[in-house]
Amino acid sequence: MAFLEGVKVTKRFGGLAAILDLSFKIDQGGIIGLIGPNGAGKTTLLNLISGSLTPTTGEILFKGKRISGLRPHQICKKGIARTFQSVKLFGNITVSENILLGSVYGKPRGLSRTNHSTETSDLLKFLGLAGKRDVLAKDLNIVEQKFVELARALATKPDLLLLDELIAGLNPSETSLACDKIKEIKKKGITIFMVEHVMGVIMSLSDRVIVLNHGEKIADGTPEEISRDRKVIETYLGEDSEC
Amino acid sequence: MEGKHSPVNKLFFICFAWLVAATLPFYSPAYVLLSITSILMYVTLTVSWTIFCGPTGYISLATATFFGIGIYCAALLGSSLPAPAVVLCGGLAGLAFGVLVGLICLRLSGFYFAVFTFGLSELVRHSVLWWEHNVSGTVGRWVTGTSITQAFYSLLVIASLSILAAYLIRRSIYGMALKAIGESEEAAEHAGINVVVYRIAFFAISSFFMGMAGAAMAAKFTYIDPNSAFNPLISFTPVLMSLFGGIERDYGPILGAFILTFISEVLLSRFPYFYTLIYGIIFVVVILFMPRGLAGLLGSGHQHKFMDH
Amino acid sequence: MKLFLDIIISGLIQGAIYGLIAVGLNLQYGVARVLNVAHGEFVMVGAFATYIMYTVFGINPLLSVAFFSPVSLIAGFLIYKNLFQFIRTSSETAEMFEGNSMLASFGLLYVIQNLALIWWGTSTKAYSYLSFSVGFLGVAFEANRVAALFVGVAVMISFYLFLRYSILGKAIRAAAESPVSAQLSGIDVHRVLGICFGLGVMLACVAGGLVSMMKEITANMGFPYLVTALIVLVLGGLGNIVGSFLGGLIIGLVTAAVMYWQPELSLVASYLIFTIVLLIRPQGIFVRQTNGR
Repeated sequence: MAFLEGVKVTKRFGGLAAILDLSFKIDQGGIIGLIGPNGAGKTTLLNLISGSLTPTTGEILFKGKRISGLRPHQICKKGIARTFQSVKLFGNITVSENILLGSVYGKPRGLSRTNHSTETSDLLKFLGLAGKRDVLAKDLNIVEQKFVELARALATKPDLLLLDELIAGLNPSETSLACDKIKEIKKKGITIFMVEHVMGVIMSLSDRVIVLNHGEKIADGTPEEISRDRKVIETYLGEDSEC
Repeated sequence: MEGKHSPVNKLFFICFAWLVAATLPFYSPAYVLLSITSILMYVTLTVSWTIFCGPTGYISLATATFFGIGIYCAALLGSSLPAPAVVLCGGLAGLAFGVLVGLICLRLSGFYFAVFTFGLSELVRHSVLWWEHNVSGTVGRWVTGTSITQAFYSLLVIASLSILAAYLIRRSIYGMALKAIGESEEAAEHAGINVVVYRIAFFAISSFFMGMAGAAMAAKFTYIDPNSAFNPLISFTPVLMSLFGGIERDYGPILGAFILTFISEVLLSRFPYFYTLIYGIIFVVVILFMPRGLAGLLGSGHQHKFMDH
Repeated sequence: MKLFLDIIISGLIQGAIYGLIAVGLNLQYGVARVLNVAHGEFVMVGAFATYIMYTVFGINPLLSVAFFSPVSLIAGFLIYKNLFQFIRTSSETAEMFEGNSMLASFGLLYVIQNLALIWWGTSTKAYSYLSFSVGFLGVAFEANRVAALFVGVAVMISFYLFLRYSILGKAIRAAAESPVSAQLSGIDVHRVLGICFGLGVMLACVAGGLVSMMKEITANMGFPYLVTALIVLVLGGLGNIVGSFLGGLIIGLVTAAVMYWQPELSLVASYLIFTIVLLIRPQGIFVRQTNGR
């Protein structure tokens, strides 16, 4: 039984297929990178897994149970958390309250209120936000906001974490900090499925990379295999180039 | 905690205010009691409106519907049940209709939510009018009497309960979740919050109090018809009052309802012909010079912290 | 057949009035983001101004309407400049501006309505102008209603051409789509929004003048027009001028049809349409459906 499995997933908008007959299997543990040119269907795939969208046909299984068709909050409670490409925080409440909500409403663990508060404080420390705990989320800069969103996702105690372009827009030192955090999250046993445009980051972090183009999987393998894959190179360098 | 706002002082103040209010019928003239009753009614409507609409930022203009349903409940049941039961029935009818409305407008937000709730309450008003004209054959009905003292006590209890409920919800994780829903429904959903259930439940809770207020207030009206029971102004007033008072503080809506009802009662008795003129001017001046409401003017205040409690 | 024609024409007449008022509200809310609750009051003011000009000075109502158009446009512009622009600059967020400007327009509603009550009292007024009958396909209509229909449609068409082809009209559409980029391209946004608000007031007054030719008028006639305009606004889609006018015609036709069958249900019918449209197509029925994510 795979940890996360997609069976012939198709998602159409009107007549256009954003994801076409996509099957994939992901095992628990490690970092899986998802890459592809603009419009390849990466964010759509994340939306399908997290429940924002329902597949037109096909199904998605998590730990052997069907999750496609469930509402996002149900999927969250089963242990899948996500961040958004454009940050979606609760701007008018404080940073710690943002995280606390994730902790309380995430995967149910029968914790008391104090436990949730402790968990929140730990996450704030982990992501270096302890000094900002009582600041309204909207008053943070965009990098801090991305980290708060990550903290909120982690607070729901996910087994699978979906990251949608966490690194995009970060400067080099912030990028290396974020990469360190991602590695630490992986060490905690959380499986990470990340969409990213920054190729260097994906290639160095991922244990396995899936490449999408026009909603179809064109390659799947270790970063080394992917960087040598002819189809991938063609996709990225244009159809005509001769390598 | 700073000295003069310490919790003990606050509690003392609340108990004192409640005692004064509770003994009011024994020494105050009837017209004062009457004004205080309508103040309590608007406090209830405004506070219960902010339970859902305050944190989520949705502007519901369906208050008149729930209030009117409460009134009609009292008019239908008034003679056959004891007063507290009538009030409770009014509340339950409001609650039931609140669930229905909450369900219907799940997909709407912003302007569309406001216009839809308004249209819905007008739809109800005209449907009841049509029903009375064509099916039951009589427009309006008499409310078999309870005394004004009874209406006063019912509303005192309902207002207190609604304030207590609003206070507790605001400070609970639910209040925070509602705020999160107001900020981004999508993100709230992905953080594990069941947005659908929360929207419906808290909308219905505020409708519950509105229905009770209507049922309790019916005693004051003696005669009702759809136009007075479902008066669209009842929908707008709580919005105005809570924004006037300021929704960022617990006391804002109470203060707003209190002051505006008081002003309008005074204006109505002193200057019956210029009443709305002066009311309107006060309004415009307040918006121009206090865009954050009274509470925004009084305390530059940061909001309370959930974590403190 | 005769009944059918009668319903169609009455519906169109009523619908043209609704359309004018809704287009005005659309400019005020769809473009200037002021949900002007006092919009109906301007219909009432227009009606009474026309009434007084006719009964006191004997001036042709259509001439009064033409005369009051620029006056009300300027009045509306000044209201925006002195009231709503102030609120816009003092509001921190767009939501706060929408809330506060709606409240301020509420104050405006109270003030105008009270002044009207002081001035005119609660009595109903009417005058008779062009009240002879005109035959059309065997059905007789009062000439004033036919005139109102023609003027209404003419105003709408010229208004559409103005928005479509004039420089100012283009600036308005630019400001409606994106205030920031309009500002970047050198448009004085506040002036444009002020003009939009003024045009809204103007259309309400024109509609009021036309109403006064065919119906009894009272000081509290405004609010129902506001409510209908809101319905039409949703039906036609926010920011969609043509949609608002067509929506007005639809609501007019439906109201007229139901009026024959069950007069009390005419409003219920328009609310039902409105409810169903909001639930199925909240973006309005004349907007092409855009693709989801």
